[in-house]
Amino acid sequence: MSTLLTSDQGPAAGAAGGTARTGRPKGRTGTRGSLRVAALYLLPAVALIAIYLAYPVVYSIGRSLFDRSGATFVGLHNYAELFTDPRTQVALRNNVIWVLVAPALVTGLGLIFAVLTEKIRWATAFRLVLFMPMAISLFASGIIFRLVYQEDPSLGLANAAAVTVHDAFLEPSKYPGARARDARALVADHGNLTTTANYGRGDVVRLPLVGLSPQKLPRQAAPAQDLRPDPRDLRGVVWLDVAAGGGPPGTLGGGKRGMPGVTVQALRDGHVTATTTTGDDGSFAFPDLSPGTYTIRLPASNFAQPFRGLTWLGPALVTPVIISAWVWITTGFAMTFIGAGLSAIPRDALEAARVDGATEWQVFRRVTVPLLSPVLLVVFVTLVINVLKVFELVFVIAPGSAQADANVLALQLWQVAFGAGGGDQAMGSALAVVLFLLVVPAMLFNIRRFRRERR
Amino acid sequence: MTALPTTEPVRIVVAGAPRRSALARLLGVFGSGVVRAVLAVVAVFWLVPVLGLFVASLRTESDNNTSGWWTVFTAPAQLTLRNYRALLDNTEIMRSFGNTVLITVPATVLVIVIAALAAYALAWIDFPGRDWLTVLIVGLLVMPIQVALIPISRLYGLFGLFGSIAGVVMFHVAFGLPFAVFLLRNFFAGIPADLLEAARMDGAKEWLIFRRVVLPIGLPAIASLAIFQFLWVWNDLLVALVFADDRSAPITLALRSQLREFGTNIDVLATGSFLSMVVPLVVFFAFQRFFVQGVLAGSTK
Repeated sequence: MSTLLTSDQGPAAGAAGGTARTGRPKGRTGTRGSLRVAALYLLPAVALIAIYLAYPVVYSIGRSLFDRSGATFVGLHNYAELFTDPRTQVALRNNVIWVLVAPALVTGLGLIFAVLTEKIRWATAFRLVLFMPMAISLFASGIIFRLVYQEDPSLGLANAAAVTVHDAFLEPSKYPGARARDARALVADHGNLTTTANYGRGDVVRLPLVGLSPQKLPRQAAPAQDLRPDPRDLRGVVWLDVAAGGGPPGTLGGGKRGMPGVTVQALRDGHVTATTTTGDDGSFAFPDLSPGTYTIRLPASNFAQPFRGLTWLGPALVTPVIISAWVWITTGFAMTFIGAGLSAIPRDALEAARVDGATEWQVFRRVTVPLLSPVLLVVFVTLVINVLKVFELVFVIAPGSAQADANVLALQLWQVAFGAGGGDQAMGSALAVVLFLLVVPAMLFNIRRFRRERR
Repeated sequence: MTALPTTEPVRIVVAGAPRRSALARLLGVFGSGVVRAVLAVVAVFWLVPVLGLFVASLRTESDNNTSGWWTVFTAPAQLTLRNYRALLDNTEIMRSFGNTVLITVPATVLVIVIAALAAYALAWIDFPGRDWLTVLIVGLLVMPIQVALIPISRLYGLFGLFGSIAGVVMFHVAFGLPFAVFLLRNFFAGIPADLLEAARMDGAKEWLIFRRVVLPIGLPAIASLAIFQFLWVWNDLLVALVFADDRSAPITLALRSQLREFGTNIDVLATGSFLSMVVPLVVFFAFQRFFVQGVLAGSTK
């Protein structure tokens, strides 16, 4: 690979530099005859490049100075309008995020993977796997990640994983959405349900709930029974006040079943003094309460809506999501490119440092990275250019509703000039010029590198 | 380079080697286990999204709209080729697949021919302005396609090339040229001058030298270029979006028109996307080395 990148290995190399010429004439000398021959060879390429690459730059600069109809010269007005247009501002902001985050992230990942793969035997297979996305169209990659980030956790893998992890640490609530039959007797506050009446030992608290289908009750739920008061404790029953057999609301019987596993708290002066859980028939009891009056609370954790994952493709997360797809596509390139540079590092340098007692981290930090820095720079610049041209991924992954939030310059240009309701070639040309100016530093970087390598 | 620690051989043998061995080996065993585990997880992260698309393409639309693709592991009976059969009957998609071939093959061949000629001139014919032209081409390597969309659409409007396969092909050829010329020029320039001089002694004309000496030696670079350009054009959406119409649309564009808010036609999208991926993936696995070289060398594009 390096033979392709570093130009001019052979003696034929230096003719261009003039000073580098080593006396051996290369090809014919520069006569008018050779120009004629060269022109024949070069004509098709130069013509196409002139029409498709050079002319557009000139045309765009000119066109961007006229108004939408193309008839009136407006100077830099289009540029002024461009930078005050809210959609373009979003696009610019997103481009800045992209440039700041994505290339550095991918270069870092590529470096780490390149170093780590040197330590495994299936390095070739690993590199193939990471490189594979480069063979896939950006469109198909976009579809792949739209699938991954679908919002419904039963469809999208990202949210399925998020919900699984979330529920492993925080048990999901048993009765999402259940509420009090009588909202005055059992008041909802921040999701907690608290009795308005006070209770003490010897009382029975009856807490009918609704808002849940009886099919949602756990299998072990037993018919709820009314309880006899007992002077030794405070007891009660929580039941689902809905039944096929009917029965007047708020009363037990008629096949209504208790709600097992509901957390119940006894509060005194606003502080929780005792906590218990209902049994299969929905009954609960606080046996050891000290005398006094209590309110009973069913905390919000019983009724919280289940965690459904994140709205990946919504306005807030859509850009990070598209960046993640881009990372997936480009990391293999960075890793392979850096890996090639890594294999060019003299083994002696690394060995010498190791023998000297340096840890692997020190070797990496003090020897590998400094020696690789030219390669890392090339990778980084390459990725920055790629980021500025990001179009298809945003176009495909961001749903129509979030496309404005995910906008980038390259997409904005297309929308302004060719999208629905577009056709504004003046603004489109101004955007094209901005895009062109953004890659000029990379052009100069490449030219400098090319000149240096030739010397 | 100068920052490298220098060591004295004696100290290495006496102090360095034995002290490190026990701890280092332990760390090495433990460390390499962790490294292997981490890389295995990374590989899974890279493979699973593609697997998801593939499995989705093998499930019916209603299955895809009600459960995740991973349910096939517990209920493999839902796998079906129905989507692919439907796709083969979908004349619009199949025509677009044909268009992709009709665009990609000429765009690849033309780039190779035109770039090889130019690269030969830049590498081996000494003419005034050669350096200037070479540097210009190097500079144009990173030219964003977007800059050319508006000006070229105006030209195509004037010359009636809009919506034609030829127009799309020409655009791809032109934008493939800077990289192609750059790649081949570098490779050609590395050919030993003696070989060419010997041919010139025999009185061979430039054309013969180009065909008999330079092209055969340059084949590996041409292969890399061919694969890179092939994939570049095959996978394009943006150029087709602007310059192709319904009749000349490649498969990426035809699928894009199927793209609505999600959930309604994932069977067409997943299946079509996978169909469009098959050829590049086959190329990828068949010619991995040329492929990697081509993409790495073409990275500046």
